[in-house]
Amino acid sequence: MAAETAFVERVAASGRRGGVIGDVVFRSLTFLFALLVLLILGGVIVALIEGALPAFRTFGLSFIATEVWNPVTEKFGALAPIYGTLVTSAIAMLVGIPVAFGVALFITEICPLWLKRPLATMIELLAAIPSIIYGIWGLFVFAPFVQEYIEPAIINTFGQIPGIGALFAGPPLGIGILTAGFILAIMVLPFISSIMRDVFETVPPMLKESAYGLGATRTEVVLRVVLPFTRIGVIGGIMLGLGRALGETMAVTFVIGNAHSISASILQPGTTISASLANEFTEAFSDLYRSSLIALGLILFVITFIVLAIAKLLLLRLQKQAGT
Amino acid sequence: MSVYARRRIFNGVVMTLSVAATGFGLLWLVLVLWTLLENGIAALTPALFSQMTPPPGSAGGLLNAIFGSVMMTVTGTLIGTPTGILAGTFLAEYSRGSRFGEVVRFINDILLSAPSIIVGLFVYELMVVPMGHFSAWAGAVALAIIVVPVVVRTTEDMLNLVPNSLREAASALGSPKWKVIVMVSYRAAVQGMVTGVMLAVARIAGETAPLLFTALNNQFWSTDLNAPMANLPVVIFQFAMSPYADWQTLAWGGAVLITIAVLILNISARALASWSTFKQ
Repeated sequence: MAAETAFVERVAASGRRGGVIGDVVFRSLTFLFALLVLLILGGVIVALIEGALPAFRTFGLSFIATEVWNPVTEKFGALAPIYGTLVTSAIAMLVGIPVAFGVALFITEICPLWLKRPLATMIELLAAIPSIIYGIWGLFVFAPFVQEYIEPAIINTFGQIPGIGALFAGPPLGIGILTAGFILAIMVLPFISSIMRDVFETVPPMLKESAYGLGATRTEVVLRVVLPFTRIGVIGGIMLGLGRALGETMAVTFVIGNAHSISASILQPGTTISASLANEFTEAFSDLYRSSLIALGLILFVITFIVLAIAKLLLLRLQKQAGT
Repeated sequence: MSVYARRRIFNGVVMTLSVAATGFGLLWLVLVLWTLLENGIAALTPALFSQMTPPPGSAGGLLNAIFGSVMMTVTGTLIGTPTGILAGTFLAEYSRGSRFGEVVRFINDILLSAPSIIVGLFVYELMVVPMGHFSAWAGAVALAIIVVPVVVRTTEDMLNLVPNSLREAASALGSPKWKVIVMVSYRAAVQGMVTGVMLAVARIAGETAPLLFTALNNQFWSTDLNAPMANLPVVIFQFAMSPYADWQTLAWGGAVLITIAVLILNISARALASWSTFKQ
């Protein structure tokens, strides 16, 4: 008690010394640093546009739609990396979303209380592992496994179906778009599932209990009560995961093969925007080459910014809804 | 088959799939950590901590890379933490309901998930091009830019958890607002804020992409922050992609070091967070 009284007296006494100037100084200081956050984003945009300008001036907007990437003749086009980025992310979403949903469903609805915390932590540790670790693991462990077991199986089954067979054609290399997409799926899984879990927890128990009271099974409660109620948040979480997948660099760089070409088959090597940057930037010998790479960075930034902004807006809307 | 049986079976199938999905997720965690230990433990020799990165085809260690990583992570954290805490303080204490605060919060959340390689490009244009060479300073600044949004976010969240009655009590005693914040709010939120900083450190400790264009790499021992500096992630990248067995072993060793460091930081940050909420 004596210590608390002393503390109160100290705060009161310091109030008399502090005064108005301290307030103005501290407020402006924090304001300046908040402004700095905006300046960082502004700086990123300005730096990327400035760096990308020579490439866009030389190639025009067709930069985005050309597949050629030839450092020797200095002809550059962004189509192959853009294609690789979108396809790997699509595969990541295709695999990652159902698994993330299953995990969130298990943790919120099925799992016993004592297991909840450790399980959630373990899934989130997947997100804590640095991406370079996924990269080295993917290169030395996962890619050889895919080459030996998974890809031959895919080629022998899906690859034989006329029409979509072309998607799964070619020799099993282990390294390529499919492997990269799969590793991305593991990496975005914790992000998506932790948001799904959070929004699932916001469903009022009364709603769920009413459904259970009517005799609904757990699945029906989740699909007809929980999901409709949390739709916006779930989509927000998925977009957030997509934003991560699009910009992920090191893990993809290790396993995608860095081939600047578009092949119909997802078993073949390709490249993504971030992988091209990581592989080539420090070796880019001419200004135009470097500028073309920065232009790729700008495109990546624009795409992820849009995706993340949508994610954020959706999640904000949910927050406001929950607040009222 | 009756409607009831069909619903029950469907429910059983979905529940089984959900359990399978969880097992699937955990499987990768176990697999990644297992192969990492399997390949990396052998590489954890005294030489790893006492020798420099070798030229291809000969033995060596990672001493210069370990030093560089620690150096840049510490510098990046030292730059990013105060920045993030002050910006987060503004959001929590001065901008409730203001338009400007909302914009900063929105932008900060986007920076939080923005690709780290973009940060590398930005710092390249910002520092490497004007200075004319790669440097550890540029690397540290790039890491600081990744630290800032994490710290802003946790600082704001933690300050928002401080009960208003505490602030009101201090104000009622006549203390100016800045003293209320520094002496009351910060004290109440300090554990959460420390957690945030630890998570941020865990995140930058393994960041590779932003260092590729900023600190680059250095084969030799260097303590000069104004010159390129070796660092674990970039060394792992370079060595793992090489065809030399010696280099690949070193890459595994580095990978184990980083993972252990990151997991310890992460788990202790979580323990600290749950301990402080438990106390409340």
